[in-house]
Amino acid sequence: MARPGRIKSIWGMVWVHALVWLLVLFALFPVIQVFGISLRPGDQLYSTHLEIIPQGATLDAYRIMFTEKPFFLWLRNSAIVSLGTALIGVALASLGGFALSRYRFKARGAALQGILMTQMFPATMLLLPLYLMMRKFHLVDTLGGVMIAYVATALPFCIWTMKGYYDTIPVDLNEAALIDGCSPLQAFARVTLPLSAPALVITALFSFMTGWSEFMVARVMLTSRELMTLPLGLESLFTTYQTEWANYAAGSLLVSVPVVVLFLVLNRFLISGLTLGSVKG
Amino acid sequence: MKLGRSQSQLAFWFLMPAAVVLIAVVAYPFLFNVYVSLTNWNMYHFRDPQLKGFMHYARIFTEPDFYHIFGKTIAWTVINLIFHFTLGLGAALLLNRKLPGRNVYRALLILPWAVPQYISALTWRGMFNVEYGAVNQLLTSVGLHPVSWFASESAAFSAAVITNIWLGFPFIMVIALGGLQSIPRELYEAARIDGAGPVKRFFSITLPMLKPVLLPALVLGTIWTFNNLNVIWLVTDQGLPADKSHILVTYVYKAAFFYYRYGYAAAFSVFIFLVLVVIVRGYDRVSRQEAY
Repeated sequence: MARPGRIKSIWGMVWVHALVWLLVLFALFPVIQVFGISLRPGDQLYSTHLEIIPQGATLDAYRIMFTEKPFFLWLRNSAIVSLGTALIGVALASLGGFALSRYRFKARGAALQGILMTQMFPATMLLLPLYLMMRKFHLVDTLGGVMIAYVATALPFCIWTMKGYYDTIPVDLNEAALIDGCSPLQAFARVTLPLSAPALVITALFSFMTGWSEFMVARVMLTSRELMTLPLGLESLFTTYQTEWANYAAGSLLVSVPVVVLFLVLNRFLISGLTLGSVKG
Repeated sequence: MKLGRSQSQLAFWFLMPAAVVLIAVVAYPFLFNVYVSLTNWNMYHFRDPQLKGFMHYARIFTEPDFYHIFGKTIAWTVINLIFHFTLGLGAALLLNRKLPGRNVYRALLILPWAVPQYISALTWRGMFNVEYGAVNQLLTSVGLHPVSWFASESAAFSAAVITNIWLGFPFIMVIALGGLQSIPRELYEAARIDGAGPVKRFFSITLPMLKPVLLPALVLGTIWTFNNLNVIWLVTDQGLPADKSHILVTYVYKAAFFYYRYGYAAAFSVFIFLVLVVIVRGYDRVSRQEAY
């Protein structure tokens, strides 16, 4: 008897592969485009050919990014901001999610609703009040300032993910540790946290990505050239789009490759860790 | 269960660090924004904003473009979600089979999600270029007419939609794959013995079993799409042609940071917030009703 998941006929197999390939082509098309453009020599930037590897392909754009543009400075700034966001985000979300998953307290429902609500307000409009506030605390034009903004951006989703994952872990384990004499914090850190690795990975990845790819807040908050993050740097090439198409393409590949690699490595965790919990708790 | 301290106290300490950040960086600016929406703060009253009541709220509804932009925002959200869910769910179902090379396919299909959003958006803008863009080259190579993507409202809107569909379907795919893995095989076996065909099995087993993961994704997806500033803003280069391709959030962004109409923009964003609250309430009600 055919089991579910096995494809019966050859035709079925062909169909499935055709459909998958169609989707893969759609997903890959822009990536291939950018790759091709990054290899274009200066005189072919406005080529109207569709071939992937252009004639006279050259790595010039990459050389320019590394030697003539402050790429490593942008990279350093982005790395500081993203790693900081991930670290703080994971710490706060793993604690907060635990409270929402394990304890029944008065404000719990309100807290869950509030977390969802933070997503509903157009984030860009928080920018102006946030800017004025940061100015008061002398955080404008500092990497710490944008880091705080990114943590707040990523936090609701991260808390939600953590809470959803804790919900799937049996409560008994944590309680057994408490009966054995652990303090609540010890029980959390030694029993529940290690079991939540997939969700922790998602949370870290999501926070990191928030810092790595955020553009609008950085644009408003960071004004010194020495503090430009990668998105600001790349956009500075883009304002003169007409002339720096190849550099932009090379730059975007350099920026994307690390996170794409992260995603692929963590692929396994993505699927098991993203349970998303339930809206109402 | 007996604990030394009350649950509320423990919960408070666990939740406090996150709450402090969210209150300072989200809740406080939000309230400030509500205050601004009641003032006449703009370029002319930059130093001396005064409380003016609901003036701006009244103006929203008399704005000639308002209903058009509002309708377009709804269309934008609905169209994107339909494609995200059909493509994402479809891809998940295909990849959940015993398919040779399915790990490779899965990795490739996650790419649009992995690439930073602003890079994707700017890249698609380049690809929609009339003369040099890859999309038009593709169209002409199969014998179709090239399209001036940023010359008309509908074309610009389509360009942004295509970009956002590309960006959004992997998220649903990943969520659905996770959900599919948790469906017990025995259910399908039983349905098969009862003579249920693949379509019947999908609607009576797969979809109901996926509901707990898909519904939260639908709620989040609605909010994120409705509030998606990046894609429209970057793909249409700040609203080409001539501010015609805006949805609500990009319209607000332009009003605030380009025309310095702070009070007006603040009122508009409170309105956006309220619309989303109503939509999410609606989802909540539907999901609760179905539970009985």
